[in-house]
Amino acid sequence: MREIFRSGRMWRRRGDLRDSYDVVIVGGGAHGLATAYYLGQLGVKKVAVLEKGYIGSGAAGRNTTILRSNYKTPEGARFYDASIHMYERLSQELEFNLLFSQCGHLTLAHTDRAMFVMANRAEVNRLHGIDSKLVDTAQVKRLCPPLNVSPDATYPVMGALYHPPGGIIRHDAVVWGYARGADRLGVEIHPYTEVTGFERSGSRITGVRTNRGTVRVGQVVNATAGWSSLLGEMAGVELPITTHILQACVTEPVKPLLDVVIVSSQMHVYISQSDRGEFVMGSEIEPWTTYRMQGTLNFLQDLTRHTLELFPQLEHARLLRSWAGLCDLSPDYSPILGRTEVENFHLSAGWGTYGFKAAPIVGRTLADLVHTGKTPELIAPFALERFYEDQLVSELAAAAVSH
Amino acid sequence: MSFLLTCPHCGVREVADFAFGGEVSVRPRETPTFRELSRYNYFRRNVAGVQREWWYHRSGCRTWFQAERDTRTNVVLRVGLPGELGAELGVGP
Repeated sequence: MREIFRSGRMWRRRGDLRDSYDVVIVGGGAHGLATAYYLGQLGVKKVAVLEKGYIGSGAAGRNTTILRSNYKTPEGARFYDASIHMYERLSQELEFNLLFSQCGHLTLAHTDRAMFVMANRAEVNRLHGIDSKLVDTAQVKRLCPPLNVSPDATYPVMGALYHPPGGIIRHDAVVWGYARGADRLGVEIHPYTEVTGFERSGSRITGVRTNRGTVRVGQVVNATAGWSSLLGEMAGVELPITTHILQACVTEPVKPLLDVVIVSSQMHVYISQSDRGEFVMGSEIEPWTTYRMQGTLNFLQDLTRHTLELFPQLEHARLLRSWAGLCDLSPDYSPILGRTEVENFHLSAGWGTYGFKAAPIVGRTLADLVHTGKTPELIAPFALERFYEDQLVSELAAAAVSH
Repeated sequence: MSFLLTCPHCGVREVADFAFGGEVSVRPRETPTFRELSRYNYFRRNVAGVQREWWYHRSGCRTWFQAERDTRTNVVLRVGLPGELGAELGVGP
């Protein structure tokens, strides 16, 4: 009993880097730590996660915590659905409460065209066993009473794609849960360890240079999201990625009002209310590329205006904070996963604005790839090679408005 | 806040006045292989540092021009009409 009141470290502080590792994972976010955790489960020893900041300091700690799997392509829908099913069991598996609330997810349609695209998505989803259906305005109002569905609104709500298993989770807890799980399986987690270069021999990476020394390495996983291109360049792997900021903000906590996730592509906004009562709101990426994580005033102006059209009750709510994170956007809004032309350098990249929801399935499939040397069938469509072959997996309709 | 950009014709404007056209890339040879063409279409350097890039003055004179911007700070170092900035980064007429 006394145990639960004792504050212990969730993962060990490690000393110096070893001389060599079987696997080095660059990036201590949800993807890197999940990959480390599943590698540990497969019995792979000598795994290190190198993170240039603190654990979860990048996109894993900056997203708006929304989970869903109602994607438009069969490849995407299948892949994200596998991830949601893993999330459903993750609290038990990690023995850590991730506060996953499957409160339901509504993507609003404001035009005939949007209704058509939603109907298309609903059919693709249902073919893959994903709970997803088109609902009309009256049903939207029943599912979300506080939402303004007035025909007098600037963009009246015509209906929505309703996805009951979608919801929100505690994003930091996902990071901490995986970090603790990986640590228990023997993975070394090294924060404040920045990779500065790779040593290559032929088509293999033999060493990883860091600000804390150089280590020899068997395999490398690049899980650095917005910084993927920079790691790729160090390894000699070109990537079809551009880096943009995505912004979000929260209000001060208010009474419980909203118990579903509301998304409007037309208004470039997605809104949920956290368990603490804060309204969490996000928007779309800035069109220009940048590595500077600074927000813009235009974002706050547009986002608050659109949020107030949907929820006029928030008229007097005060913003608590806003922030920006880096997104690694791919040309087809699908991820880039698995092998590269450097045979022991593997990727989890091209995540744009939708990477957080995929952490468990990325971890499991990349761990399988690293362990067995074979690309799992689920991630085969997302290979880097598809861009050279012009075989894209376009998720533009289902992922362009971020979350 | 976001940043300011100087249109070669109109002068200093807020960045929301402009459309971003991506980094300036080297065009492939006249009859590229399929792979070379795909590489040109999709792959980007995406540098963290000074990048030469295309901008379009959407809400102004509707001119396409180039800028050199440090993507780590968003400081714009130089702007010019196509051809004005010279062949190398930071070395123009």
